[in-house]
Amino acid sequence: MNGDYQQHIVAGVGITLLIAVGSLLIAVTLGLLGAACKLSGMKSLYLLSDVYSTVVRGVPELVWMLFLFFGAQIWLNQLCAWLQIESIDIDPMMAGIVTIGFIFGAYMTETFRGAILAVPHGQTEAGLSLGMSPLRVFVRIILPQMVVHALPGFSNNWMVLVKSTALVSVLGVSDLMHRASLAKSATGNAFGVYLTVCLVYLGITSISGWLLRLCEQRFSRGIRQAL
Amino acid sequence: MRVAQFSIAILLMTSLALAHAQQTLRIGIEGEYPPFNQIDQSGELVGFDVDISRALCAAMKVQCKFVVQSWNGIIPALLANKSDLIISSLAITDKRREALAFSNPYYVENAIFVAAKNHPLQVSAEGLKGKVIGVQGATTYEKMLKEKFPGVTVRSYTAVSDHNLDLVSGRIDAVLGSNLVMGNWLDTADAKNFEIKGTPFRDVKYMGQGAGIAARKSDGALITRVNAALDAIRQSGQFDAISKKYFKVDISR
Amino acid sequence: MNLDELLAQLAGFFGGSAEGGLFVTSDGLLLTLQLQLIPMALGLLLSIPLAFARNARSGWIAKPVWCYTWLFRGTPMLVQLFLIYYGLAQFEAVKDSRAWAYLRDPYCCALLSFALNTTAYTTEILAGQIRRIDWREIEAAQSLGMSRWMMNYRIVLPSALRRSLPAYGNEVIMLLHGTSIVSLVTLTDITGVARHLYSETYDPFQPFMIAGALYLSLTWLISRLFLKMEHRWLAFLKPASR
Repeated sequence: MNGDYQQHIVAGVGITLLIAVGSLLIAVTLGLLGAACKLSGMKSLYLLSDVYSTVVRGVPELVWMLFLFFGAQIWLNQLCAWLQIESIDIDPMMAGIVTIGFIFGAYMTETFRGAILAVPHGQTEAGLSLGMSPLRVFVRIILPQMVVHALPGFSNNWMVLVKSTALVSVLGVSDLMHRASLAKSATGNAFGVYLTVCLVYLGITSISGWLLRLCEQRFSRGIRQAL
Repeated sequence: MRVAQFSIAILLMTSLALAHAQQTLRIGIEGEYPPFNQIDQSGELVGFDVDISRALCAAMKVQCKFVVQSWNGIIPALLANKSDLIISSLAITDKRREALAFSNPYYVENAIFVAAKNHPLQVSAEGLKGKVIGVQGATTYEKMLKEKFPGVTVRSYTAVSDHNLDLVSGRIDAVLGSNLVMGNWLDTADAKNFEIKGTPFRDVKYMGQGAGIAARKSDGALITRVNAALDAIRQSGQFDAISKKYFKVDISR
Repeated sequence: MNLDELLAQLAGFFGGSAEGGLFVTSDGLLLTLQLQLIPMALGLLLSIPLAFARNARSGWIAKPVWCYTWLFRGTPMLVQLFLIYYGLAQFEAVKDSRAWAYLRDPYCCALLSFALNTTAYTTEILAGQIRRIDWREIEAAQSLGMSRWMMNYRIVLPSALRRSLPAYGNEVIMLLHGTSIVSLVTLTDITGVARHLYSETYDPFQPFMIAGALYLSLTWLISRLFLKMEHRWLAFLKPASR
């Protein structure tokens, strides 16, 4: 296979990983917020979070990406024009990260909601009865215990997220897939190029899977398994 | 006192940065249309459009930044203010004129059909009935193919290289595209079994008045500057040099 | 955004046009449904024997199946599609074979790619549930003198299928969303129609919102369907009401 293009392709891995990790951070933040809204007991917050997770999970990622990349820029332009400031340009990579983060925030909302519900309510009660503020209870008592319940869903979401980053090439981001496309056009060796990409993704998902399994084992210490 | 001095300095630097930023022209370009624009293996943009853009920017005395965009999103990107100009072999058509402001045409091209040497392709509405023809999506060629040659199965591809790959593998019977771009492809090793079918033709109704440089309708002043720069580089012979570098002839006629 | 324009665009999503009527071509909704239902049916059928193979005691049978699911679950659907569509077409051996009549067509390539992908996911889901069957059920079956085949067919499989319903419902939705990538290999599904309209009208809102609404409705239909199935077949796992 063409060595010159191969280097260029593999260099795209860094960008893919950057996008994946950036989106993960946004997704986790939105997920925690969404779960908190759903569990807050306030009808309006619940509705907001429900609409968010239902609508986002109901539309394919590709459609969201195209819609947000072009649509959001137009909204932003109009907002800037209304505020009378210089319009901000959304860089494709930033757009990709925000879009994927936004999409997977909805999936994380459901994962975290299930995980928080799995923590016995007695823990919250105990914390509150000791005079801790609700926020403190959430951060110091619930969150650490929630991690072990969230891990399976979290690792699932992470795997799907990593594979979704392949779609940002449609926005023009010079990531792994985009460079692979260029190499395919230039060399005509589609099989070799995409096989390389497959192996890279396989590497990322396998290593992530192994690391997350280690995490599950570490966090499951002291928890009695049924089987 | 020091706070005031510091803040004035920050304000000055910001306004300078903003002023400098306003001088940077963002040029929307596809990057997958050799020899007009393509990305080489080191990730650099090269091609006729790229050289013309650089020459124009030098003549207009502004900084240029290229914004790579896939073809079906290149006009919307301009309208969404992601770029300021499109210099990517965009054909000037009446429909496009409704949404964009165009410069004078900077080159003209013809349409050709390309198929395998041993494939008897009759270039007419009758002869092409039932054939599978590949074309790049969101181009004047796509529209022309759909309306001038009904009965043809049209396959729309994202980029030129994709339909060329499928032509070579035999998925499609022929390709409709620009004579300059397909001509360039026919010189490569992959295309040794393929040739032009029929003769190059220009249907102004679909293909418009040639390739032009586009800007938003509100940027009429920018277009005036572009036209002036275009005249300047034609007079200085720069245009000729760039044209001969890629095509051995002057393609503005 | 006037009504005539909206209706004309809407008709495009249903494979027709404002003048010609709906479903003239199989573009848009019909193509999306075809690309989802056919691989789904194939996947379900193939995954049953594969799921048992995945849990087989013999490594010679279990390892290849594991390898297959690992490959297809660890790589993006887009790469799999491109590999089958562009990658296979460059080999003379493929072009000379009988399979070329099918692989030539982007529709068949997409079907193949999606079928392979969804089979892998369904196999893993089913295999996981087969592993989690209660050992007491197995013991009861064995004590009744059931053969392995009878036990698998009457006890293990129905139970595993039922418990797979929630995860499988998710997988069906994932497949639906996955079909949106075929617009990148010249097929005009819902997303393909939206992208075409977008490149014509330069307006990202209307086409993509219509596409989004269509996908949302389909997703909603699928989840309602699976909810009904879970009510019926997973009633025994419902939490006791307060």
